[in-house]
Amino acid sequence: MSTLPDAAIAPPVRAPRRATSPAWRIATDFVENPVAVFGLALLALVVLAAIFAPFISPQNPYDLAQLDVMESRLEPGSKALNGGTYWLGTDDQGRDMLSAIFYGLRISLSVGVASTVLALLIGLTMGLAAAYFDGRLETLIMRIVDIQLSFPAILIALILIAVLGQGTGKVIAALVTVQWAYYARTVRSAALVEKRKEYMEAARCLALPPSRIVFRHLLPNCLPPMIVVATVQVAAAIALEATLSFLGLGLPITEPSLGLLIANGYQYLLSGKYWISFFPGLALLVTIVSINLVADQLRDVLNPRLQK
Amino acid sequence: MLVFILRRSLQSVVVLVLMSVLVFVGVYAVGNPIDILINPQADQIDRERAIAALGLDKSLPEQYWTFLTGALHGDFGKSFVHATPAVSLILERMPATLELAFAAMLIAVILGIPLGLWAGLRPNGISGRTIMAGSILGFSLPTFWVGLMLIMVFSVMLGWLPSNGRGETVELFGVVPVSFLTLDGWRHLILPATNLALFNVALLIRLTRAGTHEALLQDYVKFARAKGLTNGRIIGVHVLRNILIPIVTVVGLQFGALIGFAIVTESVFAWPGMGKLLIDSINVLDRPVIVAYLLIIVTFFIVINLAVDLLYSALDPRVRLTELKG
Repeated sequence: MSTLPDAAIAPPVRAPRRATSPAWRIATDFVENPVAVFGLALLALVVLAAIFAPFISPQNPYDLAQLDVMESRLEPGSKALNGGTYWLGTDDQGRDMLSAIFYGLRISLSVGVASTVLALLIGLTMGLAAAYFDGRLETLIMRIVDIQLSFPAILIALILIAVLGQGTGKVIAALVTVQWAYYARTVRSAALVEKRKEYMEAARCLALPPSRIVFRHLLPNCLPPMIVVATVQVAAAIALEATLSFLGLGLPITEPSLGLLIANGYQYLLSGKYWISFFPGLALLVTIVSINLVADQLRDVLNPRLQK
Repeated sequence: MLVFILRRSLQSVVVLVLMSVLVFVGVYAVGNPIDILINPQADQIDRERAIAALGLDKSLPEQYWTFLTGALHGDFGKSFVHATPAVSLILERMPATLELAFAAMLIAVILGIPLGLWAGLRPNGISGRTIMAGSILGFSLPTFWVGLMLIMVFSVMLGWLPSNGRGETVELFGVVPVSFLTLDGWRHLILPATNLALFNVALLIRLTRAGTHEALLQDYVKFARAKGLTNGRIIGVHVLRNILIPIVTVVGLQFGALIGFAIVTESVFAWPGMGKLLIDSINVLDRPVIVAYLLIIVTFFIVINLAVDLLYSALDPRVRLTELKG
């Protein structure tokens, strides 16, 4: 009588989870969704294009010596006088659109990321303060958050630009002001849940100083939802900056973000020269969609209720 | 209920006063409108006369006081550029914005709710998945760029629809000019309204789908099935009525957002509404108009939020209007 090999009888045993680090678990869960992986790959391409813009661009679009007005508003695929090809056409200054988009991505992404990081820090501090030191401070902070979130972001940003004036720093300030409330609200609700857990009680029993409890114990446990909100908000910040720049109230023309490139092509759209607006918009769209796809999957992966 | 309304009104007044100070001080600290408004060749006497005429020679608190007493009488000062009262300038443009926002909301409701229902009833079908994927796109697409693309396709390439302006308007009730009563007006309205509606279509699809998905698992749906009701009646009466509460709230709140976002759409389609006026005014530093616009829109929002809260409690008796802490 032959015996069956063990593997045929016993159900396949998964490797014990304990052995893997949280980061590894998140990574393996993340790759289960092919759409999200596609989004991540796309996002990686966009970020690489932005970082290496000066090396991969066919020309430096802001070096006037490389531009030729004779080559302005050429259609996509036109041959350049120097032998190259303008794959995405040229704008009204004879600038290669592909290079302009790479450089524009750089500006759009850095403004989006910078404002998100600043807003995250401010919102995190405010939200944690509200949750940990309840009472008057909490009421004050959360009332400001409530009132601010009842207005659309674009309106608040426009009020601030009207008040502050224009410029790169001011746009970032406006974006930060618009965004911090989202983080404050998210981190506060997460912190209120964590606060009641036993490890927090234990930390307090050890008579640890409040700063240590907040930053070493409370904060790390509130981070997962913040990562999701921050990802979504990078996309929102990029879109908002593009909108402000399109309206002529965002970045100055010395910092040509994607929004400014699109605005630049607006006047030529009606005469059928679509590419000056179309391609920067497409780059913007790809950036925002890829970030949103990644955020969507991160939300599921980092949600403890959905963990297997 | 009364206490709730009173407390909210008080809070609104505080917000409005703070906003007025912030906006006034902020807007008046930016740039010098004299440089833009007065002919650079004007001599010193002319300059001073113009400064005095605009009230810019007084100190900032004095200017704010003049502004505040005026504002409480419905007078926000005269536009520096148009030399007409800022309020009438804004009220003149308001019907255009409201018409655009209403049209957009109508499109969002007509498209969003049925599509969301469909996706909720067939969560795993191809049609349901396609609708959901489309809604992610609707969230991600930057409004102004979609506007440009609509112009490119429908105005430039196909030549079906006009790309700017309101077209022919008719006076409704003898005072309010509207576009939707003329064919030409309709043709002008479709593109901007669709553009403005896009985000809300996506939002309503997701909201309706989530609601439907949840409602279908409830006992009352099972009982309705057991009772032998037709599918149409179960969905049309039982499911729809239960998911309508959050939808009404969002529609109400989003109406305010639409007026805010109309700024972008109006700029793309050269729609002569309040939002375009704001952008133009910011560009030429027309302070009275900027301040008046912002205060009017803030008031608008406060009223909408209050109305939505009241409506919410009327629709759902389980909701009690108490000020939740925090």
